[in-house]
Amino acid sequence: MTVRGNQWNDQRLEVIISVLLRTGVLTAAAVVLLGGICFLSRRGHEQPEYHVFHGAPQIYRSVAGVIHAAGPSNCQAVIQLGLLLLILTPVARVAFSLAGFALERDGTYVALTFIVLAILIYSLAGPH
Amino acid sequence: MTNLEFTPLVFGISAVAGCLGALTGLGGGVVVTPALTLLLGVDIRYAIGASLVSVIATSSGAASAYVREGYSNIRIGMFLEIATTLGALLGAFLATRTPTAILSVIFGLVLLHAAWQSSRGRPRDEKSKQPDALARRLKLDGSYPSAEGSCAYQVGRVKTGFSVMFGAGALSGLLGIGSGALKVIAMDQAMGVPFKVSTTTSNFMIGVTAAASAGIYLNRGYIEPGLAMPVMLGVLAGSILGARQLIAAKVTVLRWTFAGVVGVMAVEMIVSGLKGKL
Repeated sequence: MTVRGNQWNDQRLEVIISVLLRTGVLTAAAVVLLGGICFLSRRGHEQPEYHVFHGAPQIYRSVAGVIHAAGPSNCQAVIQLGLLLLILTPVARVAFSLAGFALERDGTYVALTFIVLAILIYSLAGPH
Repeated sequence: MTNLEFTPLVFGISAVAGCLGALTGLGGGVVVTPALTLLLGVDIRYAIGASLVSVIATSSGAASAYVREGYSNIRIGMFLEIATTLGALLGAFLATRTPTAILSVIFGLVLLHAAWQSSRGRPRDEKSKQPDALARRLKLDGSYPSAEGSCAYQVGRVKTGFSVMFGAGALSGLLGIGSGALKVIAMDQAMGVPFKVSTTTSNFMIGVTAAASAGIYLNRGYIEPGLAMPVMLGVLAGSILGARQLIAAKVTVLRWTFAGVVGVMAVEMIVSGLKGKL
């Protein structure tokens, strides 16, 4: 299907954003649940220590570290991957809006949306 | 307590918080953090990290429905997100430098406001404002569906709204909450955006605002997978349940109950902070 420029409008953008947000949240929740079940089955009998702040281990603190560590051998990294997918859902929404405004040929909003996207990428890129 | 006992407990508390948050429209994040710190003794930084993640889940889930219904104004949202994300970055940096006792007291004060707001109920729709040149240039004016057909509105005082939004973002980043209440105030009170449009657009913005501080939280180790997992799943499940019950629930009784619970939590958070217990 070809999409002509004049078919793009705010209503169409809204429908796609809606689907994108729902898919992102559900996928993230499914990955977190999977990681959670795995985590409880392996480390269910360990004592959690959240009353003293040590900070999550270093590999769980960056996008690259989480992607690298996630797998059947590291359930907490799978949870963290799900949480990252969740954090990336609004980022994807902003990126999609940027494309949408570009197709609507709305220069002002392309610029405004780009600023927001840049702030989000700066935050996630770290280290801070 | 082992993980097998701790996880379901946290899930349950988070589900109740998510349900109450959806029913009252105040969001689950604001209740999760005090519940985790006061009831389970979780360090406030871990609680804030887990709460922030759950805020993204509920706001994106709810925004998905509202955007489709045509209430949210994505242009107002997009423009004001510049303010909220910048504020969120500042708030998240401040959070890593603020002593936990002070965070606890600030959190208590925000809860006091939430309790007061909950007991007061929904404010009436705002009258239309003076036309604003900036609003026109940014195409912020819009319309929303109502019983009498499409209802058009004009937006005013854009600069004031933008400034309040920066504050809302900073508070969100500092405490790991959605700060939807302040976002609604910025649009509804300052800019004269209709209440329904303000609340749904605020919801739409909360996820992006929270994502801006989430990167910094992640980097500082505030997002602990073992804790964030039951919090995120619990708040999400609770809020879906709460949204379904919204029509059936006795809103007045609920508002007062919620105001009472939040009020008690507010005092506890302030006292703990002052005693330096958290």
